[in-house]
Amino acid sequence: MKVLVPIKRVIDYNVKVRVKADNSGVDLANVKMAMNPFCEIAVEEAVRLKEKGVVTEIVAVSIGPKTAQEQLRTAMALGADRSILVETDEDVQPLGIAKALKAIVDEEKPELVILGKQAIDGDNNQTGQMLAALTGMPQGTFASEVNVADGKVKVTREIDGGLQTVELSLPAVVTTDLRLNEPRYASLPNIMKAKKKPLDTKTAADLGVDLTPRVTTVSVEAPAERQAGIIVGSVDELVEKLKNEAKVI
Amino acid sequence: MSVLVYAEHDNAALNKVTLSVVAAAKAIGGDITVLVAGKGCGAVAEEAAKIDGVSKVLCADNDAYEHQLAENVGDLVAEVAADYTHVLAAATTTGKNFAPRTAALLDVAQVSEISEVIDADTFKRPIYAGNAIATVKSSDAKKVITVRGTSFDGVAAEGGSAAVEALDVAKNAGTSSFVGEELAKSDRPELTSAEIVISGGRGMGNGDNFEILYKLADKLGAGVGASRAAVDAGFVPNDMQVGQTGKIVAPNLYVAVGISGAIQHLAGMKDSKVIVAINKDEEAPIFQVADYGLVADLFEAVPELDGKL
Repeated sequence: MKVLVPIKRVIDYNVKVRVKADNSGVDLANVKMAMNPFCEIAVEEAVRLKEKGVVTEIVAVSIGPKTAQEQLRTAMALGADRSILVETDEDVQPLGIAKALKAIVDEEKPELVILGKQAIDGDNNQTGQMLAALTGMPQGTFASEVNVADGKVKVTREIDGGLQTVELSLPAVVTTDLRLNEPRYASLPNIMKAKKKPLDTKTAADLGVDLTPRVTTVSVEAPAERQAGIIVGSVDELVEKLKNEAKVI
Repeated sequence: MSVLVYAEHDNAALNKVTLSVVAAAKAIGGDITVLVAGKGCGAVAEEAAKIDGVSKVLCADNDAYEHQLAENVGDLVAEVAADYTHVLAAATTTGKNFAPRTAALLDVAQVSEISEVIDADTFKRPIYAGNAIATVKSSDAKKVITVRGTSFDGVAAEGGSAAVEALDVAKNAGTSSFVGEELAKSDRPELTSAEIVISGGRGMGNGDNFEILYKLADKLGAGVGASRAAVDAGFVPNDMQVGQTGKIVAPNLYVAVGISGAIQHLAGMKDSKVIVAINKDEEAPIFQVADYGLVADLFEAVPELDGKL
């Protein structure tokens, strides 16, 4: 069976985010970029399913700038067989991405789409659910366990009160949570091999999709800084402060 | 304007976060209708009818909605949304699951996890794990929004007297089914609604040592949380995790015990009113956000604190 893994190029999670002085956004100039961590988990899950013999082909896809080729090459170094870049310099938003992905799904007809539950830049947590709605597929979001058997997929989901397991008919969309797996590192030979794997480039116009943003960013500010308080000398002093100064106990 | 609020509940009782979502709806303005979808959820609808400021309650009582499956609920809300300008749900795992489906079916963007309402089209929301706050404006005629519960003080649970209307709409996509769930059972208050939260980190050493936190928590009527490091080390289950990828809490008092204060963790608790940090490493970043810091061995300080309260 074929699995589609949409991925996103984002600021590296180790980079400290700085808001631009003019409050127009976050400073991304000369900042290290990487594959979104939740997307790495999605690629890893697809590769594990292939290693188990459940999946026969993994197609990675990204909707973004030309430079997102780097992340697609990384996905192929990790085990994706080929990839598709829908190239755009637009500020892509979840609904537009989901529409572009739907067009890819219509062409590729995967039985499973595995993607990260959210990207660490916009923190939207929407794309997988939107793609599922647009394609009429069921969804298993925030997955911590995925089992494919007998034309169905069982997904254990991380919910607020604990864990929930749902069974979905295929084709289905799965979004990954942190504990689904621990992604591997790409080996040097695999990085070299990935350079020869096919990478198709398309445009939104090729797919007949409108990526115009529906939400505009008015401004971006740094969050209010919390001031450090005092260091107390003893438990007694702490109790006294909490009772008489903060009045919280 | 007219706002549809999706109620969060377990078929038996309304989750308090719904009161915060109604508060956000009030800030937007207009009539507020609460939609209760579930199975055998009549008591929840009655409870919702009493919420201050609610003018109508719709109760969709059907097998298809018992487990809040996103395929069914997403369809239902998309249909009901026809009569409203705004659709609001809590940014819980339920709201995050179905709301983007509803938005896509309506061909509108979703504004996720808002922390402030500026006007009916403009909202503030955290991005980059709370390291930046964006003000965004939606150009869609209909808005689908999820609300960060801890950012809004809930409205009063009593005082309203809305009419409850049964909604006979059965949406069953038939593509998904509920298999089971494992819910953590605890007599302690839920993390996101607790007035006091005590969290342990890697410094706790192991799961058994959390016992001293449970003891202190029971004395204070507090909820108990953990840092991602403590969860990843297997000390405690993941539903206790406080942080950007776990629960976002904002209690009156947050006590961080043996937690260094990674940015991930801070994103989940920095809106707490008073923060106390107990850590033996005086360089720990948690002290930079704490109102009261105590540099001490937690295994001595926590029992001592327990004894003195």
